Amino acid sequence: MGIVPRSSQSRRRSSTLGSGVLTALVVSTQLLVACGSSSSSGGATLNLYIYPDNSGAVQQAADTCTASSNGRYHIKYQKLPNGADGQRQQMARRLAAKDSSMDILGLDVTWAPEFAAAGWIREWTGEDKAQVEQGTLQGPVETATYQGKLWAAPFNSNTQLLWYRSDLVPTPPKTWDEMLKMSADLAQQGKPHLVEIQGNQYEGITVWFNTLLASAGGSVLTPDGTEPSLGPPAVTALTIMKNLATSPAADPSLSVQMEDQNRLAMESGTAAFELNYPFVYPSMKANKPDLFTNFKWAPYPAVSADQPAHVTIGGINLAVSSYSKHPAEAFEATLCLRNRDNQKLGAIKGGVPPSISDLYDDPSLEADYPFRKDIQASLASAAVRPLTPAYQNISIVISHAVSPPASIDPESTESSIASQLKDALNSKGLVP
Amino acid sequence: MSTGTEAPAVAGTEAPVTKEKKKAQLSEGAKAERRLAWMLCAPAVIIMVAVAAYPVLYSVYLSFQRYDLRFPDQAKFIGLSNYAAVLSSPYWWQALWNTVVITVFSVVIELVLGMCLALVMHRTIFGRGTVRTSSLLPYGIVTVVAAFSWQFAWTPSTGYLSSLFGDAAPLTDHWKALAVIILAEVWKTTPFMALLLMAGLALVPEDLQKAAKVDGASTWQRFAHVTLPLMKPAILVALLFRTLDAFRIFDNIFVLTSGGHNTGSVSILGYDNLFSALNLGIGSAISVLIFVCVAIIGFLFIKGFGAAAPGSDLKR
Repeated sequence: MGIVPRSSQSRRRSSTLGSGVLTALVVSTQLLVACGSSSSSGGATLNLYIYPDNSGAVQQAADTCTASSNGRYHIKYQKLPNGADGQRQQMARRLAAKDSSMDILGLDVTWAPEFAAAGWIREWTGEDKAQVEQGTLQGPVETATYQGKLWAAPFNSNTQLLWYRSDLVPTPPKTWDEMLKMSADLAQQGKPHLVEIQGNQYEGITVWFNTLLASAGGSVLTPDGTEPSLGPPAVTALTIMKNLATSPAADPSLSVQMEDQNRLAMESGTAAFELNYPFVYPSMKANKPDLFTNFKWAPYPAVSADQPAHVTIGGINLAVSSYSKHPAEAFEATLCLRNRDNQKLGAIKGGVPPSISDLYDDPSLEADYPFRKDIQASLASAAVRPLTPAYQNISIVISHAVSPPASIDPESTESSIASQLKDALNSKGLVP
Repeated sequence: MSTGTEAPAVAGTEAPVTKEKKKAQLSEGAKAERRLAWMLCAPAVIIMVAVAAYPVLYSVYLSFQRYDLRFPDQAKFIGLSNYAAVLSSPYWWQALWNTVVITVFSVVIELVLGMCLALVMHRTIFGRGTVRTSSLLPYGIVTVVAAFSWQFAWTPSTGYLSSLFGDAAPLTDHWKALAVIILAEVWKTTPFMALLLMAGLALVPEDLQKAAKVDGASTWQRFAHVTLPLMKPAILVALLFRTLDAFRIFDNIFVLTSGGHNTGSVSILGYDNLFSALNLGIGSAISVLIFVCVAIIGFLFIKGFGAAAPGSDLKR
């Protein structure tokens, strides 16, 4: 990476100063030495392409694994772009061109079927597979499975909880109806009452719809993933979305809000409820200590009182590229990267929920993760987004159909999604 | 956006030379000169063909295929089905309509502002270099960087423009977002237009202006009846370049709205289908259709309005 800019820099210098030639020579010799030394240390260089992690946990895990491999491999952490779309596009583009310089890939939980169907990633089998599945939460494993085969190893996981202000809401709502009623009551008393949720036209609103749909007992696709399912549960889910959007609980900028805008709104004190990922907890602690004392969490509200919510699962799975020149080492390194110690490190340092079940019982997580039991429970009954290679098209269809939420007409929106899903599943027609 | 920075300037300044050459019939010397010109051009032409022809032809080939990167087994020849899918899709027509609106408004506004700017730059006596440099600054700023500044400026709580208009959020509304895109586009490329027009202004002989003045023509009459007709070739070249450029608008929209609230252009639609949906067949069909649209625009300008194709002789 650093070679090109440095040599061009030295070239420029040599053209301005006559004596710069010498400098250029010295620099390039140093570079040669540097290259030589890294390759002479032996073993395979494994390029790990994963989201940019500013906490340092991923880098530390890569270093630990490299050290413990006794020189069999060397993991090089290559940061992907910030946004999920950018990450997927870079990997898809390079894998389609059979790029052999990518070894371990950090996939969003919705990408494994797509990458597997395209032949870009290797299947996990035998001993490796058993090791991945052992002790790992069921939800994350499910996201890495496509057509009965395991395609990736769950690295970390994520799920939403209900966050609320205990000074305004003494007992948290159990269902959506309860929450909207509480919000309306608070609004009447002139108190902060908004419900913060992701309403922008993007993946987040698809997640919201999927959670409600699963909680109402339905699913986007039939179990084999070839036909739209939807039906009455989808109408129920759409009705709830519309009810929120047209009630006093709706934030005025609901239709453009994403996770971070929700966090900011809650921190600014205008909201009473927030449905969001656990990253809001340390943020509230750091930014608004006075609100933090009353900042509490509860399980995600259910659709009906007799059935708990099934919350859409997030997180990252690690896959091995089909074009990697060192597959054996890559599988070994992946197992190391996602082992118990490294997941614990990620949870404490990076704040991401682990995918290994018994880590949630680890007392050392108590301080940073007081809500760990609720997350574990939520992950245990999580809803998985449709497992199909055409997921991206499906998500686009859904997010366009339900956006803005105020303009949903439950019955007709449901049938419109169903008919567009048929095209999306066959990758026919255009995506908007 | 980034194409054609130097080409138009060449077309403008070369005009008088080529005009004179046209008058004489081709002599032996002229023929030899022409041969030499061809040979000098040949390396560039060969490289252009090698670099541009292959991808263009390959994308035409792909546009006749069912080719989705995620379903490589299903790849097969399907004739014109991709074109049928695109042309029967409301998304294509919405994107085309957006593109036409953005193109027409931004080019017209740029022409008027660019003309004013060109006159100022042409007539400045003091600090000519400073005036020209400062008016060209926006064109020197990377479009993506400029687009991010506009985005921040128009976002409530981070932007000064937004708070100036009472915490307005124009990027959350179809027409307002289009207006912001046009504004960003105009701000960015008016200097380019002005540069092309200034080259045209240099074509107008000072003597003609003086003669018209002696005959009692007012400032406006001199502009409308002397300057403009003489500048027509330069204006048409400038319009042609900017229209083609504006029609392919991508970066401003990508940063400002990424196509949200139905503000996507045809290029955004092509990008989404190629890179998000990984559907090479449909995406290539969209690209080819954009190519056809651009070709039609070029044809209309050259045949319809008599604009000179860059490099060919200017008509009078």
